[in-house]
Amino acid sequence: MVTTARATEEVSYLEAISQALDEEMARDERVFLMGEDIGTYGGAFKITEGFLQKYGEWRVLDTPLAESGFVGAAIGAAMMGLRPVVEMQFADFISCAFDQITEVAAKNHYRWGAAVPMVIRAPFGGGVHGGPFHSECPEGWFFHSPGLKLVAPSTPYDAKGLLKAAIRDPNPVIYFEHKFLYRRIKSALPNEDFVVPIGKADVKRVGNDISIITYGAMVHLALDAAQALTEEGIDLEVVDLRTLIPLDKETIYSSVRKTSKVILLHEDNKTGGIGAEIAALLAEDCFDCLDGPIVRIAPPDTPVPFSPPLEEFFLPKTSDIVSAARKLAAY
Amino acid sequence: MDVAAIAKEIKRDDMLQMYHYLRLTRALEDRVTALYRQGRIVGGVYTSHGMEAIAVGYASALERDDVIAPYHRDMGAFLIRGFTTGEILAQYLGKRTGPTKGKDGNVHMGDLRRGVFGFVSHLADNLPVAAGAALAFKMRGESRVVFTGTGDGGSSRGDFHEAMNFAAVRKLPVVFFCTNNQYAYSTPLRLQMAIPNVVDRSKAYGMPGEIVDGNDVAAVYLAAKRAIAIAREGKGPTFLEFKTMRMHGHSEHDPAKYVPRELLEDWKQKDPILKAERLLKELGYGEESYFQRVAEQVKSEVEAGVEFAEQSPLPEGPEMLEGVFADGADSY
Ligand SMILES: Cc1ncc(C[n+]2csc(CCOP(=O)(O)OP(=O)(O)O)c2C)c(N)n1
Repeated sequence: MVTTARATEEVSYLEAISQALDEEMARDERVFLMGEDIGTYGGAFKITEGFLQKYGEWRVLDTPLAESGFVGAAIGAAMMGLRPVVEMQFADFISCAFDQITEVAAKNHYRWGAAVPMVIRAPFGGGVHGGPFHSECPEGWFFHSPGLKLVAPSTPYDAKGLLKAAIRDPNPVIYFEHKFLYRRIKSALPNEDFVVPIGKADVKRVGNDISIITYGAMVHLALDAAQALTEEGIDLEVVDLRTLIPLDKETIYSSVRKTSKVILLHEDNKTGGIGAEIAALLAEDCFDCLDGPIVRIAPPDTPVPFSPPLEEFFLPKTSDIVSAARKLAAY
Repeated sequence: MDVAAIAKEIKRDDMLQMYHYLRLTRALEDRVTALYRQGRIVGGVYTSHGMEAIAVGYASALERDDVIAPYHRDMGAFLIRGFTTGEILAQYLGKRTGPTKGKDGNVHMGDLRRGVFGFVSHLADNLPVAAGAALAFKMRGESRVVFTGTGDGGSSRGDFHEAMNFAAVRKLPVVFFCTNNQYAYSTPLRLQMAIPNVVDRSKAYGMPGEIVDGNDVAAVYLAAKRAIAIAREGKGPTFLEFKTMRMHGHSEHDPAKYVPRELLEDWKQKDPILKAERLLKELGYGEESYFQRVAEQVKSEVEAGVEFAEQSPLPEGPEMLEGVFADGADSY
């Protein structure tokens, strides 16, 4: 696991999210939080610890256990000029609010011109032995629903900057924060206010031979693989999408045009995943610059299993990337 | 119906205005039905025929700054909020001049500036959204109220219950209603729920509830006023069950053979326009010649709307690409 560490003032991915919430709440009194156990308890992962004391029970709203109900309420409050940030205790439970997100939040502006400026924070992803209901990557469900923006940061810097951008965006944004990274990834952050613009991918490692396009926790896996491959003289370029919708095609295309080879890596199931869409885009728009097959690395089409050996088998591994890259390099 | 009491509680002008809107709703929807039968409407038509008193009554009881998240047979509420017959007909015809510019049909229209939320097909979806608007009012200390509801069918949805519970826990300024018109499409009430009155559902949330004659515009208005006052005082949500009958099919394509004819004959005697006329006469506010004048007036209002809608342009195909995302948030 790679960390972009500086000795001083290292901030974890989790703290970066917490800082973004705190700073945005201080900056704009319209911003408020809703979710289960986010008040006194500080949230299942303690991201909002201390917020209740600081902002009071009407800006840090503990809700009943009813995802559809409180996501709907956030939509109403957003249309009335507030800026709700909703926490899903785990991204998995977003399925309970699927209807409100896809039918109401996503479509209101298109249908009748009502903007819905809200954020849903969804702690997602595996590697923590959460089993089929606490490890899901549900971004694919929403990737297919026009009207939503989807972001998935991989570093504390991106986590903080993208959350601030999401809160300031006039549209419904689902913010996929990776649970595996919460306390494992740290880095120093600027002191001044900054945002990471929604819709811009980031080249996390410049390379010449193969583009690996990924997001979330998989970015770190790709960086590990890139490190391992340098000894063999294979130079990977790691593109971190950061935003899934709107997708930064320009950065993807220019990387693939440079390297001519591509690996698509994600933690969501393979079929109908984001990799499938990018593969189709590349086949449509970059066919003539490809020097090898488009390779996808993603978990098989099963729920996320519980027991460690099963989950390990399920999740992509550095070795998967290394062997795929070797094959592709020899092409 | 205690006429003297009503005369004391409802101003003459308000009573007359409600009568106007009952008539306008009926005339507009009858015209829409006729256009549907001529094959000139794009999509389906769901009317409030025989149930007009509900939307007219509650929308008249609200202040301008309050918000409505309507049910799918609340045409009267749109009219009272200033949607013109022309705009509404343009919506039905898929024209660019309709409130959704052709993006959506029939009563799926909304406008934040006029305090009306766009209806979502998924029944009861707008109830949590309405509670959220009430949350915003409460958080900002505004004395505004939200009015929202669904049918007896929609009251079985989880979102109905999630919204009522949330609003009750946080004492939000919202009024929930149910138009119990006996049928959800073809499903009779007895297959929808094992209780005779929808109002019983509100008890589970610690919410006061009331059964109201949904065909009596004065009764609806007064019940709405009471519930709105409770909400405005910060005492939280109320639930109103409007008892009524669906007099047309579920949609205009549905002959509703599953509804016993005697039941319809029975409810025909309770038609909200007839009821309102009887009341106006008893109050001494109006008689036959006045009713006739209103009928003619609304007819020409509807015909002007038809002309506007028919002359309005259809949108151009590529306009469908516009508006998926907002550039800036309207602060309503
Ligand atoms: C969640 C959902 N399921 C199904 C439908 C299809 N549908 C539209 S109206 C309707 C019946 C509604 O009955 P009710 O709520 O009693 O209102 P009514 O139409 O009788 O006034 C159904 C099943 C829908 N719109 N939403």
